[in-house]
Amino acid sequence: MGLKDWLAVSVPFADDPAIRRLRVGAPEWRRLAEDVAASGGRLLALWGQDATAGHPAVFAAYQTAAGLWVGELRRDVPEAPDDSYPGLQDLYPFAGRLQRAIRDLHGLRSSDPDDRPWLRHPAAQAYEFVRVEGDGVHEIPVGPVHAGIIEPGHFRFSVVGEKVLRLEARLGYTHKGIERRFADFGALDGCRLAARVSGDSAVAFSWAYCIALEAQWRVAIPRRAQWLRALALELERIANHLGDLGALGNDAGFAFGLAQFSRLKERVLRATESTLGQRYPMDWVVPGGVAHELPGAAATALDRCLADVVAESGVLRGIYDEHAGVRDRFAGTGAIAPELAARLGLAGLAGRASGQAHDLRIDLRYPPYEELRPAICGALSGDVAARVAVRFDELQESCRLVRRILAGLPSGDSRVAILPPSSDGFGIGAVEGWRGPVLVALATAAGGRIRRCHPHDPSWQNWPALEHAVIDNIVPDFPLINKSFNLSYSGHDL
Amino acid sequence: MLKTLRQIRRTGIVSEPVPAPDDALRIRAALEGRILGILGRALAVRMVDAGSCNGCELEVNALTNPIYNIEGLGVHFVASPRHADLLLVSGPVTVAMREPLLRVYEATPDPKLVVAVGDCGCDGGIFGCGGPSLGAVANVIPVDVAVPGCPPNPNRLLAGILAALDPSAALDVGQESRGRAE
Ligand code: SF4
Repeated sequence: MGLKDWLAVSVPFADDPAIRRLRVGAPEWRRLAEDVAASGGRLLALWGQDATAGHPAVFAAYQTAAGLWVGELRRDVPEAPDDSYPGLQDLYPFAGRLQRAIRDLHGLRSSDPDDRPWLRHPAAQAYEFVRVEGDGVHEIPVGPVHAGIIEPGHFRFSVVGEKVLRLEARLGYTHKGIERRFADFGALDGCRLAARVSGDSAVAFSWAYCIALEAQWRVAIPRRAQWLRALALELERIANHLGDLGALGNDAGFAFGLAQFSRLKERVLRATESTLGQRYPMDWVVPGGVAHELPGAAATALDRCLADVVAESGVLRGIYDEHAGVRDRFAGTGAIAPELAARLGLAGLAGRASGQAHDLRIDLRYPPYEELRPAICGALSGDVAARVAVRFDELQESCRLVRRILAGLPSGDSRVAILPPSSDGFGIGAVEGWRGPVLVALATAAGGRIRRCHPHDPSWQNWPALEHAVIDNIVPDFPLINKSFNLSYSGHDL
Repeated sequence: MLKTLRQIRRTGIVSEPVPAPDDALRIRAALEGRILGILGRALAVRMVDAGSCNGCELEVNALTNPIYNIEGLGVHFVASPRHADLLLVSGPVTVAMREPLLRVYEATPDPKLVVAVGDCGCDGGIFGCGGPSLGAVANVIPVDVAVPGCPPNPNRLLAGILAALDPSAALDVGQESRGRAE
């Protein structure tokens, strides 16, 4: 079937023609995945649910040329003889781990062969890493507790001398039952939990959550509130990019970069606190709009701060570019070529650095980005240098967007009242966070209870790609390569 | 090189004075002054993320920026628990991190201090306690000081770390650092 035929059998979510729902049987589950892949579309998220959410089912969210599609395969009517649903790993390699997570959390098994546990760590069972045999090959286990101030995870390197032959990650150490936890929250309150799925992407997750909620409850958000949400999202992107640019300089042996960029980041965090009330805007995006109005003089100070960030990061970019040591460590390190990136579904910032021109702000044109018109930033070399360059470009672009928002903020309300309807609902929200596409699927019950919530972090797409990026590099370059992706453990482990 | 030096000069010294230690954060009786004698004025800190959302790590990281300049106070982050005097632990502790956290605790030489970080480290925070979340750090290892906040800002963290040491000695450390910065 072509996309047109699928479109004909799909139904729009909450009257939004660009987000469509397809209820499928097992053979169509597979065919839909094939047809989307053949048409150049991509998988955005894959999740499951069990009887606690009504009925067992698996869901796949795709980004297609015709918008966002969500396929649903019910599993309370098993038709496959071995009771597994068709796996999608050959089409979308990162689906493998998502399917293993679905099995851990909901007991639904895919037909793909790898069925090792992923998010759960059964105490009695040692994890079976894939072994690399050969002359002089040895293994280096690292983690789960790492040397720096970072999240926990385990990495198993197979090396010859200093060269990495294979890396296999073992994640799930920060699995704290977030999806189940949502059921303890009312739908209006759940966005606080969404913001803490991955603290560095608080605005992206809370915004995606609110889009999902507001769509199913048919609430229209004032334009001013949309702009104020974008303000916070771009500040989040700026803060994270500044932090990473400093850490990347440091990992390349240039501590000056860390000192300079962490100072700039601190300035932005303080300006953010004066404007939004929090250094990290965890509770800024709320159902119906944003938490509060901007305080009087804050906008001017924030604008001045960002003008400085633009100027100073320009100087620092020049210094990075001219520093022979830094250039040498960045160029060619941890490269993922565009063809491989396409096959792996490399997403977000890392994807754009490898020629994957996707950015939901531009692709989906959700408000207010259809008005703000951000420029897409990208590169082709796919190495650390490319991921650094995309960060520098996006930093400038986000500063421009924030200053544009401050200058042209529409008048009106920044929040509307929002009340739970008397029927069940289901909605999808997708936002381009600083790391990449963040998606939240939310099902609510009459009266405003949460039936099921699945938050998806783009780290799911990119963790497997990191394992490719380090092949043939040397072990001491791993921290640098890892940092250049800066993936979330918590957002992935849930 | 010239550009780098120019930028360093333009930036100048941006470190700020330390906050007073916050004794309200203390949840266990003060350790004997003897410990301070042993730790001296160089405190080695090991950070362990036992399951956080990563928000707390962002603020712990900020302690090392030139504005909070925790190294200037004689506090530095170390890569191994064997070198550490104090563990900074964010939560909620997950089932999978229980063993690794216990191992880090055991590998840290006595006498040792533990500061639990964030609402989640204090009591499980928004994630609560149940299923794969074991909640508070104190549910797994003994905790000296717990610093609430979601995430706690760097000054709160610094005050908490200083409160884990003897308050009057902590103040000395701060004044010395200010003297040197001038
Ligand atoms: S206290 Fe807040 S910031 Fe810290 S780990 Fe918990 S939710 Fe994240």
